[in-house]
Amino acid sequence: MSHRELDDMLGTKWRKPSFVPNPLLRWVLILGFIAYLIAAFMTIDVNWSRVYDGLDRGGQFIMAFAKPDFVSRAGDIWSGLLESIVMTVAASVVGILISIPIGLGAARNIAPMPIYLICRGIVAISRALQEIIVAILLVAIFGFGPLAGFLTLSFATIGFLSKLLAEDIESMDRVQAEAIRASGARWTQWINYGVQPQVMPRLVGLSMYRIDINFRESAILGLVGAGGIGATLNTAFDRYEYDTAAAILLLIIGIVMALEYLSGIIRARVQ
Amino acid sequence: MLRLNKLVKTYKTGDQALKSIDLEVPKGQVLALIGPSGAGKSTLIRCINRLVEPTGGSILLDDVDLSKLGSGALRKARREMGMIFQEYALVERLTVMENVLSGRLGYVGFWRSFLRKYPQPDVDEAFRLLDRVGLLHMADKRADELSGGQRQRVGICRALIQNPKLLLVDEPTASLDPKTSRQIMRLITELCQERGLAAIINIHDVALAQMFVPRVVGLRFGEIVYDGLPTGLTSDKLTEIYGEEDWEATIAKVDEEDEIEAAE
Repeated sequence: MSHRELDDMLGTKWRKPSFVPNPLLRWVLILGFIAYLIAAFMTIDVNWSRVYDGLDRGGQFIMAFAKPDFVSRAGDIWSGLLESIVMTVAASVVGILISIPIGLGAARNIAPMPIYLICRGIVAISRALQEIIVAILLVAIFGFGPLAGFLTLSFATIGFLSKLLAEDIESMDRVQAEAIRASGARWTQWINYGVQPQVMPRLVGLSMYRIDINFRESAILGLVGAGGIGATLNTAFDRYEYDTAAAILLLIIGIVMALEYLSGIIRARVQ
Repeated sequence: MLRLNKLVKTYKTGDQALKSIDLEVPKGQVLALIGPSGAGKSTLIRCINRLVEPTGGSILLDDVDLSKLGSGALRKARREMGMIFQEYALVERLTVMENVLSGRLGYVGFWRSFLRKYPQPDVDEAFRLLDRVGLLHMADKRADELSGGQRQRVGICRALIQNPKLLLVDEPTASLDPKTSRQIMRLITELCQERGLAAIINIHDVALAQMFVPRVVGLRFGEIVYDGLPTGLTSDKLTEIYGEEDWEATIAKVDEEDEIEAAE
């Protein structure tokens, strides 16, 4: 049936060809996956009596949100929050500034091979190391406090932003950039006129998103001693002051939502 | 003024896009390059300003061999060659004025261009060119707000503000309607005449080429198979360039259109 005539095909049903053409292989894959899923769920054992006890504590935690205590630890919360904001802003600015050249270098269509490999290597390292692990390492080097948090967030920003910026540059319209090159522009002018306008909205959007992430991360980094509101939150948990912890969490949620709203406005304006 | 000697381009895939092209374009001559898709028209134009690196042969622009220039000298040489693109290739998020002035990038330093502080003569020339193509009132609009025909006019300004000796024009009318296509072709040929510019115009539309240019070069599989007057393009010649097809309609259409043109 290498070449079928129209008459043979008229009246036969038509279906989209399957992703896995071999039906035997297809069913083995589907059934295998289902079997694995069932087996995987069976290995997670749940201690129901422990859950029953725990519900009580969980309830307390959640109930604390009904009467969050902003007052009794106001000083600690305020200084922690301020530290987090400083960390976020400083780390975001430094991280973004470093990310731009690395992002340019990591875009295959504008960077020569050796530079591309180096920049992709930096991106890979930054992405492979989880923030918490980096923070633990940096706390060990620089001691407790916001310096370690600042460096951790800067480092994480580079991996995130460079990679996504490079991908945006790789998918830009080649001809627009070519037209600038054809006029005899030098490399820096070519980037400024041919590449930058095309990737600017995305760069701004990603930067805003990263600021948002950095703030949330700064709350977590405190748990391993890297300063910020996370340190205050950790202390509150250690003292079983769920009402203070609830107040801190509410503040974090409020700030993240405000940032989200702000970034929406900014992104709409730079389109 | 421009001379191509045995120009060869072989792509990495092994496709031979250009097989030893010899072509001479005297000062002030506008010529149309026709041929089927994949004949190497685009490659030929891009080899001249080295957006595509030629594999062999030489490209002489006023006795300078462009194929041997280093990057600095190449930038200087590119200033002499204005390029107009298919689909306009304007930087869409920049304003019309920025797009036109980007034609001066080869002449101004980085900081001047970065801060958009161009020398006053450049700015005046940009205004003059925009006025010439009837778009002065659009100067501060963003390029993506313009219609196709308007964008191509801005593209023409961008090429001309370079003050080039030669225009390289790649399918200027490919995405325009028939009327706008003619207006654009007329504008390009008029401007070339006003300024004594030579031009190589890649074009799909044989009838349109015949209408506006004094010389047609036909390319097929990377070789020149026709070089002569537009009136010399008979059915046989078109068959040689494009392959077997009934050409009477195309040629007849030219005559008809000429009459309409004359009647206007």
